Formats: sequence, C-alpha cells, structure tokens
Amino acid sequence: MMEGSGALQLVLSGDPALYAVVRLSLVVSLSAVAVAALIGMPLGGLIALTRFPGRAGVIVLLNAFMGLPPVVVGLAVFLLLSRSGPLGAWGLLFTPTAMVMAQAVLITPIIAALTRQSVEDLWSEYRDELNAMGVGPFQRLLTLLYDARIALVTVLLAGFGRAAAEVGAVMIVGGNINGFTRVMTTAIALETSKGDLPLAMGLGLILIIIVFAMNASAWGLRLYAERRIG
Amino acid sequence: MSDLPLSFSKVSYAVGATPILRDVDLVVRAGAPTFIIGPNGSGKSTLLRFAMGLIAPTSGMIDWNGSRDPAPRRRAIVFQHPVLLRRSVAANLTYALDQAGVEKSKQDGRCAQLLELVGLLDLADRPARRLSGGERQKLAFARALARTPELLILDEPTASLDPSATLALEQLITTAAREGIKILMASHDLGQVRRLAGDIVFLHRGRILEVASAKDFFEQPRSAQASAFLRGDLITED
Repeated sequence: MMEGSGALQLVLSGDPALYAVVRLSLVVSLSAVAVAALIGMPLGGLIALTRFPGRAGVIVLLNAFMGLPPVVVGLAVFLLLSRSGPLGAWGLLFTPTAMVMAQAVLITPIIAALTRQSVEDLWSEYRDELNAMGVGPFQRLLTLLYDARIALVTVLLAGFGRAAAEVGAVMIVGGNINGFTRVMTTAIALETSKGDLPLAMGLGLILIIIVFAMNASAWGLRLYAERRIG
Repeated sequence: MSDLPLSFSKVSYAVGATPILRDVDLVVRAGAPTFIIGPNGSGKSTLLRFAMGLIAPTSGMIDWNGSRDPAPRRRAIVFQHPVLLRRSVAANLTYALDQAGVEKSKQDGRCAQLLELVGLLDLADRPARRLSGGERQKLAFARALARTPELLILDEPTASLDPSATLALEQLITTAAREGIKILMASHDLGQVRRLAGDIVFLHRGRILEVASAKDFFEQPRSAQASAFLRGDLITED
C-alpha cells in the first residue's frame, strides 16, 4: 500500500529523470515502428500480390517470426554490432540507435505478416475491378495499401505494443545505461531487482497508461475513419 | 485501337469437372444493345467476364478486333455488386480517369461532368462505400464511362435495385447506347430486355441456343427452352 502511493506520487511529481526514461522509451519504440512500417508494409503487400515458388514457405516463416523471442533478436543484433561483428565499425552497440534496430527487427515480421493478410483479403475483393481498369502491378500495391489504411493502423498498433512492452532486446543491445539507454521496461526490471518497488510500479503504471492511450486513440480513429470512409 | 468486334471462337470453360461454358461462338459488333439472357447458372456472368478479359478460357479463343491481349483498351464493365474504393465518390472517379490515361489537368472537369451526368454531383465528397445501392450503381456506371468505352459490359446491374433506381440506370444505358457505345448486358428481367435490347443471345447450361434480334426472339423463339423461358416456366431439360 505504501509502495502504491509512493508510485503515484512519483508519477505525479514529474521527476525529470523519470520522464527522460519515458521519453526515450517512446522515441525508441516509435522509431522502430516507423522503420518496421517502411520495410514491413511494402514487403507484406508484395508477398500478398505476387506468386513465386516457395511463397507458402515464406508466409509460414513470416507468421512464425511474429513470435520471435526478444532476447534472441537482441543477441543477434548484439553479435552484429559488437566490436568484432560485421557492423562493429559503426560503433552503435549500447546506443539508442541499436535499440531501435533491435526492436525494428523484432516487429518487422509482425507488420509484414499482418499487412500481407490485410492486403490479400482486400485484393480478393478488388481484383476484378482493378483488372477491369487496367491497373498495373505497382499502382495495384499502392491502391491496396492505401485502401487498407484503417486495418493498417491496427497493424502499426500491434507493432508498437510489442516494441514498447519488450525488455530482452533493448536490455542486451542498449545495456540499460542510466540517462542514455535506460527505457521503461529495463528500468522496471532493474528497480524491481534492486528492491525500489515504488519506482518500478510508477514506471509500470505509466507504461500501461501509454499503451492504453495509444489503443484508445487508435480505436477512436478507426471508428471515425469507418464512419468517414465506409 | 478498337475493341470491336469482339469474337469468341469455340470457347469452353470448366471449373474442375463442371463445364460452365461449352463451345461458345459469338461475334459482338457495334450497334444496338446485345443482351445475354438465360436462367440462373446458364453462364451469363462467365461469358461477360470473358468479354472483359478477366478470365482465360479452358479452350478456344477470344479476340478483340484481332488482338488476343486481354488488357482492356476501350472497354469497361459494371458488375451486379460493384466494388468501390474506400475513398470519396469524386476520388473513385478520378482514380478511374487516371487509370484511363486522362491528363491530371483535365481530370477534375471530366469528373464533374460525369457526376453531373449520373446525378451524383451533390454527393461528390461523400465516402463512396456509404452510398445507397442505386447511387453505387450510378457511380460504377460513371466510372465505366471514365474509360470512354466503345464496349460497355453490364452484368445484371439492376438486379438488386428498386424500380426508380432501375429506371434511372436504364435511362443512362439508353443514352450511352444512343451515343454509339456498344452495350453488352446480362439480364434476367424480361421486361428490361424488351425495353432495351436490340439483339438477344440466349444461353442455356453454358451453350448458346439462339442468337436473334429482340423482335424475332420474343415473337418466335426457335428453341423449346427459349419458349419455356419466355413463358416463365422453370426449364430443367437439356
């Protein structure tokens, strides 16, 4: 009980160190969503609209990758970025950029797989009309991504939820350095193990509020868009 | 760059072991509207999808003025349940104009002109998917006209419309036909066929049983199946 009120006090006091952690969490996860969307949406759309040998295998793989364990992704990106790794010369390990990369790797399959499903469903509805208008392959991809935009908001949200909630990947490649790579999830893990439960709970509360607010606004946007677009 | 005449030679189509069309020979030329009629499941929609180039036959050949490339040039189709893009009414039309190669600078003017023609100008900014059935069908018709077609294919466009929307669409079809657009349309509303058709193609179980002028067909159908169809009997024999 004591700890609960301490947590609330922390949240309401606007402690600058606490909000730096919250801000970095948002920056890292939103950047990861942006990168993953730029890669995953066209990729998902492309897989939806093309037929090639091994396509079924690619789809199964993509769907399986939606459940990649964050620590494994973290380890892979760590090996890639470590001093002796192939990208070691970039000197990115234990920076926010490395954290963005790891989270982007984690959620690109989610965004690609869910986009593929949305675009493929829409294509079966639009196929005859678009063919009758003589729409070429590239324009077809753009049209379907645009017309699937309401569904794709939910797809982005799924990616954000996964990125903001994971701890393993950012812990490994970020290192949880105070004031530099510490985000909400790694801070919660650390403070819990240190025994500073009010801070851990305060951060947990903020994390839940952020995820809830994102979902609520996306839901509102969806309702509005459905009314506007049909 | 004409799509007419459209010729079917020995066109057959089967889905698995089920024949849908059998040995269809047909030439569609410029002129009065041609109506494809026949009972449900006789292959009307399939025949129209071939005419549009949306599917390829199992055997036989289709050509548009000698070309066997199915990419649409001067033809367009209106389906019974048109699929409209998740955009505004006007955006649906400019999309079609864009695909038809109309210059950007001329799209807005042409769009307004087409909306005016079909009576949807007031609804230009409305989301297309929120339109009523009759309005959807008018928009689909305008979208087809955006291609400035020579051949306009209509697959039972009024089948799920009320009488006033049906009348509005029939007037649009008549106007288009009068302006020289060849209409190729499926219908099983015999009243509508009498009102609009120049020629009749009678389809039964995937075969063409009769090709005749509307007048001849209604006065003296040659096949027993067509007579039965005109009487309104349920025809079950081959």
